[in-house]
Amino acid sequence: MILEKLIVISDALPYILQGAGITLIIVAGAMVLGLCLGVPFALGQVYGPPLIRGAIGLYVWFFRGVPILILMFLFYFGIFDLLGLNLSPLTTTALVLGMTSAAYQSQLFRGAIQSLPQGQLKAAKALGMSRWQTVSSIVLPQALRMSIPAWSNEYSIILKDSALAYVVGALDMFTRTHFVASRTYEHLTLFMLVGALYFFITVIGVYFLARLEKKLRIPGYTA
Amino acid sequence: MTVPILFARDICVTIGSNEILKNVSLSLPKGSLKVLIGPSGAGKSTFLQTLNHLIPHDSGCLELNGKEINLNNKRELYAYRQQVGMIFQDFNLFDHLNALDNVAIALRKVKGVERQTAHNRAMQELKRVGLEDKATLYPAELSGGQKQRVAIARALAMDPTVLLLDEPTSALDPELIGEVLAVIRDLTRDGLTMVMATHQMDFARALAHEIVFMQDGEIIEQGSPEELLQEGTSSRTRDFCARLVTAIDDKR
Repeated sequence: MILEKLIVISDALPYILQGAGITLIIVAGAMVLGLCLGVPFALGQVYGPPLIRGAIGLYVWFFRGVPILILMFLFYFGIFDLLGLNLSPLTTTALVLGMTSAAYQSQLFRGAIQSLPQGQLKAAKALGMSRWQTVSSIVLPQALRMSIPAWSNEYSIILKDSALAYVVGALDMFTRTHFVASRTYEHLTLFMLVGALYFFITVIGVYFLARLEKKLRIPGYTA
Repeated sequence: MTVPILFARDICVTIGSNEILKNVSLSLPKGSLKVLIGPSGAGKSTFLQTLNHLIPHDSGCLELNGKEINLNNKRELYAYRQQVGMIFQDFNLFDHLNALDNVAIALRKVKGVERQTAHNRAMQELKRVGLEDKATLYPAELSGGQKQRVAIARALAMDPTVLLLDEPTSALDPELIGEVLAVIRDLTRDGLTMVMATHQMDFARALAHEIVFMQDGEIIEQGSPEELLQEGTSSRTRDFCARLVTAIDDKR
């Protein structure tokens, strides 16, 4: 009885672990996209003219307000189609999760930027720095450091949201598990297995981000 | 008469319905130290910040070496600010950079000096303020007095023609004030042109070429320490200082 289950697991594991690779690609893609959009959005919201601030505000409300499941359908069957883009399920999932994450990341960077002591910005100005020099060499190095704890939260959220790739048929870890389960009828065993895999990937990722945070910590600085 | 290094003409600042500065003018000859004193709320800090346009003025103008600065031209403004260094009450060091990089960063980013050259120059300035052994420490690891000396080194590294000091010792513990004042005293000996807001009257009396007394956004009196503070003269400045001393005595 137990042996049978172990055989199912050992047969399915290589196939599911390949899916873990796809899951990680989706997560990495989404986090990088979220970062690349989130930072300029945050800067735009803090320093931009009213029109830009308003546009970013709308973007954030849209992606925070609509369930990811609906966004997946909306983009995969609707918007990308209308735009004439023929994107794979994997790309679609990474893009949708990335755009959603950009909304959240922009807010966590915005908080970090606004919490910087204003005096440092004055000092930078007084030294003759331009707005851009101040942002790139004074604001961002500090704001990004401060954001790492919140960012590791974002990682664990995106990792688990990536299971939604199932609805567009990307062959990620969860989709593959589901395929195997419907073939072998070992649902409980396999879902416990994949749950444990998500858990371990979360723990490992958060561990490395905590190390990064420690490594970049400013000596003597506790905030 | 020689042209003053820095000349501020009829500076007015209004915030909301409050007139913070009313037609304040100040002329700084080369190598002079002018000390701004006056009660809090007099506009000393605001005035210093208008001098390098951290606070924009509503009317008036700024002249450096006899040439009016076009503050609407960003390039000219940034170049002007490099010439006019500023020291703040609460130091405003960059928390993510160690002492050396705090001094070097503007050299590298603003003046485009190459990394090694900037570091050498920064080290030289840290030596000047007696902190060469603290170069690798971060602001959070320094005492208040050390932070303020790093801030001074940071300003000096830009080779300013004028240095503005906004109550540089007000946020310091009493036993740390001396080390910062000693550095500023050395700067006066080196002939740096400075404007300083302070409550350190002994320091002002000893080193200021001119004391400028401000109240309610106006310059009430200005003159040499002897003229304003001598026994027997009846100046508003002297009244103010007498009250300062009484207040301190009352506390004791």
